[in-house]
Amino acid sequence: MSEVDQKLISEISEMLSGLNKAGIEITADTDFNADLNVDSVAVMDFVLMVEDKYDISIPINLLSEVSTVGQFAQVVAKARVD
Amino acid sequence: MDLFDKFQPLKEAYAALTAGGGDPFGVAFDNILSPTIGLIGDREIVLAGTNNYLGLTFDEAVISAAKNALEKFGTGTTGSRIANGTFGPHRLLEQEMAAHYGMSSALVFTTGYQANLSVVAGLAQKGDQVFIDADCHASIYDACQLSGAEIIRFAHNDPSSLDRRLSRSDSNHSNKLVIVEGLYSMFGDIAPIDEFVEVKNRHKAYLMVDEAHSFGGFGKQGLGVAEDCGVLKEADFLVGTFSKSLAGIGGFAVSDHPDFDLLRVAARAYMFTASSSAASIEVTRAALKIISDRPSLRKNLWENAHRLHAGLKSVGFELMADPSPIVAADLGDPMRAAKAWNVLLQSGVYVNLAIPPGTPNSKSLLRCSVSAAHTSEQIDFIVDCFAKVAQLD
Repeated sequence: MSEVDQKLISEISEMLSGLNKAGIEITADTDFNADLNVDSVAVMDFVLMVEDKYDISIPINLLSEVSTVGQFAQVVAKARVD
Repeated sequence: MDLFDKFQPLKEAYAALTAGGGDPFGVAFDNILSPTIGLIGDREIVLAGTNNYLGLTFDEAVISAAKNALEKFGTGTTGSRIANGTFGPHRLLEQEMAAHYGMSSALVFTTGYQANLSVVAGLAQKGDQVFIDADCHASIYDACQLSGAEIIRFAHNDPSSLDRRLSRSDSNHSNKLVIVEGLYSMFGDIAPIDEFVEVKNRHKAYLMVDEAHSFGGFGKQGLGVAEDCGVLKEADFLVGTFSKSLAGIGGFAVSDHPDFDLLRVAARAYMFTASSSAASIEVTRAALKIISDRPSLRKNLWENAHRLHAGLKSVGFELMADPSPIVAADLGDPMRAAKAWNVLLQSGVYVNLAIPPGTPNSKSLLRCSVSAAHTSEQIDFIVDCFAKVAQLD
């Protein structure tokens, strides 16, 4: 994984602190549902926060393919380029 | 491997929820005595979760309209609107609904869910963008998915959040449809439609307002929150249901767009389902007339809403919004909410249990809907029963 991706994952991890109730270490492989016990509505609410931080739009159509923090970071990275 | 394996977590959650006795999602009333009283076995239950806002389901004129239609048109239509399922009453209701709103076109659908499916998935397609309030109803989410359009969600009741998202899309040339509701069904909070109108006008987007829970209860003529905010004519599409204030089953959409009627041959959820029975349509026509003729119903509704809101607050509940015909109390977690729901039903009050992921902000709620037909005594009884719940751990 590139340095930029690592930086993005680290920023996303920081933003996830409110949802990380068990205080687990967040990596690219962390699964929103299985590891963080976050339901789909809470994930969509988290997306709102990420959109405004990076001034991007993330259509929720793209979230059906997202399970892990790493997959989400890829969606964010693509939206920043677009 | 079994097709139902994926539902195991749901099965476990459902079992835990129903372990306390009743099934909050499977209540069956053996008889309904009035808009506000139902029977389970021989026990009378005060109905405080039925969205029967104006209490017209037992109105003499409404019942008589249904009986006459049954005699005249038979039980079902046995067909879709585009085949044999359009009867005179469907056309008359569409004309009356359009006239009621002062708009050029109205379409009648079989349910409110299908109204949203038809309008959203009919209007928006691949290449378009829909911007939806985060707390929109499941039917709107489903409709957006079905449309194939790009779905962008904005923070609930936050015009600036919509503004930012529309700004990011200003440079692309896709059609943009903004979707909000008038009154939100879970928390009972009201949308600032006038502020949304200002934003959508600035970005040249279309606005659809779902008035499912607000039709009948808001605005001088009872047309909903857009009317109440003074921006009725600036909403491009208004959608609603017959199954709440209008005492029937079905849905509608109205618009001044000159091509709106094209949805009759473009919207699959309109074209490929059986139409509402003539009895249900005649019920709705009768109820629509009553709503026009009897503004006192709205006065009763709001007096009851304020009474229930103040009552629940006085016995210690944290409520999710200012007074409205939907009063939702925060119970903290799903199991406590389920336990409280059981105590209420055993005490003689039916409300809705609403828990995550079906609720915004992962809230666990006891959700009440107020009716114009509730008596003050019934409202006080509901509050007394909630007071018992407040004592629970």
